[in-house]
Amino acid sequence: MVRPLRHGTESVAMDRGNMWLWLAAVLVYAFLYIPLFIVVAYSFNDSRLNAEWVGFTLSWYKALFTNTEMLTAARNSLIIALSASFSATVLGTMAGLAIHRYKLKVLPILVFTPVAMPEILLGVSLLLFFLQVLNLTLGMVSIIIAHTTFCIGFVAIIVRARLQGMDESIFEAARDLGASSWQTFRLVTLPLIMPAVVAGALMSFTLSIDDFVITFFTKGVGEPILPIQIYTMIKVAVTPEVNAISTLLMLLTLGMIILAARLEARAPSGGSVPSSGKEAG
Amino acid sequence: MTRESGKENRAARILVSGPPLLFLVVFFVAPSLIMVLTSFRFPGEFGGLAPIAAPAEKGSEHGFTAEAYQFFFSDFLYAQIFLKSFAVAAATTLICLVMAYPLALLIARSKKQFRNLMVLLVVLPFASNFLIRIYAWMIILGPESALSHFVNAILATFGVTPVTLLFSPFAVMVGMVYVHLPFMVLPLYTNLEKHDLSLLDAAQDLGATSWQRFWRVTWPLSLPGVFAGSALVFIPVLGMFAVPDILGGTGDILIGNLIKDQFLGTRDWPFGSALSIMLTLAVLSVAGLATWFARSATGQRA
Repeated sequence: MVRPLRHGTESVAMDRGNMWLWLAAVLVYAFLYIPLFIVVAYSFNDSRLNAEWVGFTLSWYKALFTNTEMLTAARNSLIIALSASFSATVLGTMAGLAIHRYKLKVLPILVFTPVAMPEILLGVSLLLFFLQVLNLTLGMVSIIIAHTTFCIGFVAIIVRARLQGMDESIFEAARDLGASSWQTFRLVTLPLIMPAVVAGALMSFTLSIDDFVITFFTKGVGEPILPIQIYTMIKVAVTPEVNAISTLLMLLTLGMIILAARLEARAPSGGSVPSSGKEAG
Repeated sequence: MTRESGKENRAARILVSGPPLLFLVVFFVAPSLIMVLTSFRFPGEFGGLAPIAAPAEKGSEHGFTAEAYQFFFSDFLYAQIFLKSFAVAAATTLICLVMAYPLALLIARSKKQFRNLMVLLVVLPFASNFLIRIYAWMIILGPESALSHFVNAILATFGVTPVTLLFSPFAVMVGMVYVHLPFMVLPLYTNLEKHDLSLLDAAQDLGATSWQRFWRVTWPLSLPGVFAGSALVFIPVLGMFAVPDILGGTGDILIGNLIKDQFLGTRDWPFGSALSIMLTLAVLSVAGLATWFARSATGQRA
């Protein structure tokens, strides 16, 4: 078969229809960003109402930092996110490795189902389990466990994707040179999948600190938690303080994403390791 | 391979897959089973559950029952809420598809160096807190917002009484679409990006108009992406309670809200569990259908 000339492809891509595509795309991007822009803008607005622009102020941020309950909630959420992302990263990395390396039937289903199903189902079943079987008082521990359960899948997906892009011969080479399974893992596999592990950890952290639904079901009545605190503020009395905390959270997430992207860019890719050029093309 | 390394291999396999397996059996499989079990029990007098074993005083409820399911089917109200949830999920999926397709197509046909950035711009708002994204629409649709004033000013010129945008089915739909749109864009883009553009050239050479090229070539090829995206939107919408809870009025109750109320409101655990099981069945059938459609769409091509 003769490949059509290059300009043919270009002409299809540069079709008149493209103008409509651009218009539609710009509208969708606007739809995605305008709401968030408004939240940020009103966090600096000198008015109790989120209605019209009055003037610039930082008072909502000041109010936020003197709101002890909010600070406690932020601290609690941070503890939960760190613990959950740590355990999810360890277990998720193992799961990703296991699913990639061995032909497993049950583990993939258990790992990926919590990612795909509606969060409310996980929340409800864990609530029943904690209260009926473990007799656990709902609180930080139950939230950490619940978050770990759904974060494992995300870490496993990222780690597995990285392993799939790698040249298997690296591991064979290590084994041929007499490395034990543990040595192969510590000296070859782990350094290579490190960017995926870190990306998984950052993703778990963001998912955990943002999660509302599962937290809502497993929170109990004790300690204040950030998303629950935000929910209460939204439901009961909306003040621009919500905008301020929202803006700070957006900055945090943005920072995490940039960090993850930086690490990904700096890390050696599995394919570019000496003697393997699989990913070069 | 020597027997030694075979043994080491098996040990490594258990060591690597054991801990996550154990964790998920305890904190995912067991809770799911408990939920099934709970749906067949009697509710306790003060919320929670009645005991399984017969209690001392006679006549009080104990043991297992299908009462919760009977209750579900005895009142049309619950089936109605399920149907409404399906309708909302279908509408959200359709709107997301219409909005996401042109964007995904544009990204897939853009120059390679811009693609990642354009995808990142779709995912970025999605990385902000879920509640914040819903809350943003409380501001935009609120009674004092510029949009509300604008809409009502237009309505007023036609002599129509003013409307409230917030706490309405409209607000729920907007929120649902906003929260789930990236789930549609990403699988569509992943699919469209793989298309062999020379097919379009061939179609053009054979005299196909741009519409024909889309409808007869691009669209059928993109069906697996369409079904994947649809499942990724439809399923979470089906179980969503936060969007109707925050943006909807008192009448805009979906399955998720119903379930939430059974656990945190009326404390009827068996009924809440039964509803959750019904939702699970709904989700499984939707996922199964989507997989089947996607497979038959790919089958056609092969």
